Amino acid sequence: MPKLDFSTYDSKGFYDEMFDENNAVRPNYKLFLERLEKMSLRKLNQLQHATDRSQLSLGMTFNVYNDNQGVERILHLDIIPRIINNKEWNHLEKGLQQRIRALNMFIQDIYNDQNVLKDKIIPKEMVFSSVSYLKELEGFKPPKDVWCHITGSDLIKGGDGQYYVLEDNLRCPSGVSYMLENREILKRTFPELFEKLDVKPVYNYTHILRDTLESLSEVDNPTVVVLTPGTYNSAYFEHSYLAQQMGAELVEGRDLIVKNDIVYMITTHGLQRVDVIYRRVDDDFIDPEVFNKNSLLGTPGLFRAYLKGNVVLVNAPGTGVVDDKAVYAYIPRIIKYYLSEDMILPNVKTYICDEESDRKYVIENIHNLVVKQTDASGGYGMLIGPKSTKAEQQEFIAKIKHKPRNYIAQPMINLSRVPTLTDDTIEGRHVDLRPYALFGDDIKIIPGALTRVALKKGSIVVNSSQGGGSKDTWVLNS
Amino acid sequence: MLGRVANTIYWMNRYLERAENYARFMDVNFNLSLELSPNEEQQWKPLVVITGDWPLYESLHEKAEKNKVINFMAFESENPNSICNCIINARENARAIRPEITKEVWEQINALYYLVKKASEKKRLNDSEVRHFFSDIKNGCQLLYGIYDATISRNEGWNFAKLGQLIERADKTSRVLDVKYHLLLGSAKQVGSSLDLIQWTALLKSVSAYDMYRKKYGKLSSTSIAEFLILDTDFPRSILNCLIRAEQSIVRLCGSSFGYCNNAQRQLGALKAQLEFTDINDIIAKGLHEYLDDIQGKLNDISTAIYEAFFSIEPHVN
Repeated sequence: MPKLDFSTYDSKGFYDEMFDENNAVRPNYKLFLERLEKMSLRKLNQLQHATDRSQLSLGMTFNVYNDNQGVERILHLDIIPRIINNKEWNHLEKGLQQRIRALNMFIQDIYNDQNVLKDKIIPKEMVFSSVSYLKELEGFKPPKDVWCHITGSDLIKGGDGQYYVLEDNLRCPSGVSYMLENREILKRTFPELFEKLDVKPVYNYTHILRDTLESLSEVDNPTVVVLTPGTYNSAYFEHSYLAQQMGAELVEGRDLIVKNDIVYMITTHGLQRVDVIYRRVDDDFIDPEVFNKNSLLGTPGLFRAYLKGNVVLVNAPGTGVVDDKAVYAYIPRIIKYYLSEDMILPNVKTYICDEESDRKYVIENIHNLVVKQTDASGGYGMLIGPKSTKAEQQEFIAKIKHKPRNYIAQPMINLSRVPTLTDDTIEGRHVDLRPYALFGDDIKIIPGALTRVALKKGSIVVNSSQGGGSKDTWVLNS
Repeated sequence: MLGRVANTIYWMNRYLERAENYARFMDVNFNLSLELSPNEEQQWKPLVVITGDWPLYESLHEKAEKNKVINFMAFESENPNSICNCIINARENARAIRPEITKEVWEQINALYYLVKKASEKKRLNDSEVRHFFSDIKNGCQLLYGIYDATISRNEGWNFAKLGQLIERADKTSRVLDVKYHLLLGSAKQVGSSLDLIQWTALLKSVSAYDMYRKKYGKLSSTSIAEFLILDTDFPRSILNCLIRAEQSIVRLCGSSFGYCNNAQRQLGALKAQLEFTDINDIIAKGLHEYLDDIQGKLNDISTAIYEAFFSIEPHVN
């Protein structure tokens, strides 16, 4: 059986995480490559199939939005890992801590003193017009002044080998269960490599998560629950996984009831008070009394109980302002304003269609840009200029002119690539990186991440809802 | 424990037990059909009648035919009680309460799910594939019971699981006995013939009772078989044994074994006591069918009472 051979692997044109431009292996991948080169493609395919089976048996499935009910898919896990050395990781860690600290201060400020608006660092209209801005929260301070307890920022690496933050995801970032389960599966696939490579463990995520949630309540031994929209939600696997790993009750909105501004869950022995809710339901749906009146997922009175301080919601409501893609453009200035530091992890250059000169540039150069809707996520509501038709471009230009506030544009970034197993060979595929941060008493970045990979050749859309897969991410101790 | 969660655990176990029971008596009947002259209607109709789904069957098919009955009971998506739907429902319930069960239990339920998914995607199964399917379901469910037993704490969830499983099992044993008994008595002229013997054996095997029955009674007789399946205190599929163990679970849930704390405990205790102090000859004198019918009705009432006592608690705060 012929062994794997990388002499014809194409590492040109993009930053490749495994090989440099001369096709020489990068130091962090050296041992891994040695292991691969002792294997045949057939053997590697066998390992890949075993991985697929593990995922099915673990029930790591998700329902795709707009898909038929009951259609389940696994998030394809490619067995070739993303490997990050210690130095690179330290840089990421510092950059994320800085960013999250500043963004948390920003959120507290816009709902309270509004200094950042008075000092004209960001136009007030930009903040108040964000669909995620909640007027109801003005004057409110959450426990320990922490709003964004759980963050899963999306990072990418450009052709220059530099990391950029693409999105901050301060609402309900998902995917951490895949980081954890991918690791368990890969430890079975390449057991000997973990020892040799000295990979940092990620298993304590759910312990830190539970500690973080408990630390937010003043009650001794608080009752912590995970609030899920239910089994039809595409991230349900993760909700149940986290509840089970933390030993928390997994509840739906209908399991909760609010009496005298106190939240209870309905148990077989009557009502039991709830202290901390890790909610995986969007702001809009948590309380039909205040937000979406038609929401069947929510619990009437929940928001009132929250404002009274009788229950902690994690993440706090109202953090979505930062996820607004137009607000994103101001983050470098926001970091400078609160911390008097230059940002460590840069933003991607962003054109704000609401500003006239930017809008003009975007319309003239739309064929070279990626246009995004400011309140969308999951790869929806997006135009990739170089890969779009004239008609699609015209459609987006019309949309931008109609509601400029709703659009931003960014240059096309050449996402870095990692070798990925395809049907009959190994080829580079574009990836991004989603590390997870927990903010309780301090900001902890878990040394690992979900690496999302665009499985289709040439594609840069890594979202699971659009044909993306995942990779385990190994952070080395050296 | 959340009322919704308790309810979901209860039904997850009922569905699993139902699937396993169906697989067993389908398999036995299949086996039987190989050795008997083919009167399909007489052979296969009772199976559907047992389950109470004959009206649905009739709306879909003209008459009872082997392949149609097998498909209806095993795979029919419109039959809410088909083995496939039972497993799909059990797995959906398990997903909803995933934090209450262990990884091992979940993986086994999931394995069953993929088993039925794969089988139902095939256009047509041949005879040996069908038999494999039934025995895979049986084995898969029994493996699951073992994993459940070995990995789940004896907590509230366990007791709701047991309640669901045992009430379902008592109900299914009563139904198997009811229909077969009538079928057998209907052919009185064949009493003592080899056909008769084969039918009685099949009845016992339908509830995995053949070996244990033989051990206890030796000879096959209709009265002894009815006694064994209804009133035996030690056989784990007899109605009384199911009720004894279901009562143990409800006592643990209520916290008291003296008297009763709610309607569910009262009705369950009453039915158990009724069987404890009944003689099989009295039952037969009164009419076995009527007696079993009454038990089935009472089991339904108990299930409703459990729902009201534990799953739909009226919120009340001072």
